[in-house]
Amino acid sequence: MNESIYLDEARDPLIIAEGWMKDGKDVAIATVVETWGSAPRPVGSHLVIDADGNFHGSVSGGCVEGAVVTEAMDVIGSGKARMLEFGVADETAWQVGLSCGGRIKVYVERLG
Amino acid sequence: MDPYVLKTLNEERRARRAAVLVTDLGDGRDRIVREGDHVAGDLGAAIANAFRTGNSQSVEAEGRTFFLNAHLPRPRLVVIGAVHISQALAPMARIAGYPVEIIDPRTAFATPERFPDVALHAEWPQDVLKRAPLDSYTALAAVTHDPKIDDFALKAALDARCFYVGALGSRKTHAKRVERLLALGAGADQIARIHAPIGLDIGAASPAEIAVAVLAQTIHAFRSRGLEAKGAVA
Repeated sequence: MNESIYLDEARDPLIIAEGWMKDGKDVAIATVVETWGSAPRPVGSHLVIDADGNFHGSVSGGCVEGAVVTEAMDVIGSGKARMLEFGVADETAWQVGLSCGGRIKVYVERLG
Repeated sequence: MDPYVLKTLNEERRARRAAVLVTDLGDGRDRIVREGDHVAGDLGAAIANAFRTGNSQSVEAEGRTFFLNAHLPRPRLVVIGAVHISQALAPMARIAGYPVEIIDPRTAFATPERFPDVALHAEWPQDVLKRAPLDSYTALAAVTHDPKIDDFALKAALDARCFYVGALGSRKTHAKRVERLLALGAGADQIARIHAPIGLDIGAASPAEIAVAVLAQTIHAFRSRGLEAKGAVA
């Protein structure tokens, strides 16, 4: 358990996103805005992504980050925010899912 | 997200001030609301709730969907006095989610043997608080019984608007303390915020029971922040 009362600057996604922005990088911010059932990360959790596909933080503890990063590339390109929804993986082969059986909604937006 | 909004949000978080990031999920517009800012209507009620609970959530208001991301500083508990009560209070408070710091200049009391795994300062409160100032997400419990050690910290806690200020001692002891704090320049309304005798009235007798009472009172103060003005808290 992290017991520091101060921000962990080296690992905090929003601090990292601000740093990337100052470095002139294009950045997308993904946020868990709703969860149903057992979701691995709480509402409000962030994954931040730069235009090269580097990312920090998590929205699902590893289950759907790959898909979110791919979507974030499009969002960085278009500037249009997207709402993504992930549930339990179904038969559709290309779809990713949460092994825990929950569902999450992730809002992906470009910074700036 | 607006770059300026992100910058502002991070400034608030670094400074241990509470903020709610409000994002309109329809058009993506966002803004920062600080604790105490007035926001009208259903959205304002939802934001007030986010500040109190620290829970982030999507809400419907004014025919729109907003996401409220609550960023609350982590609360902490500063205990003045490395005494028997503090030995019980430190582990219990940590489990409840309130990291503890203990300050006591009496080196015979403030030893790592008596307080394993606790942030412990064998120094005067004025020296420690200069380095790590109190703030409104800090609770302060003064339990040394010694005015030389407790009084400065109590005055500092009132000035920093700590969400909880408690002081050990009987009503008689506290009456004398009130006189001293007035002499130090504290206002009567400030002094009225001190919980004394300390702790919820659960009939606590042993040091560990008093620690439970102090922790319960701290949690109550934290979870009812902002309700004082509405008279919901005695």
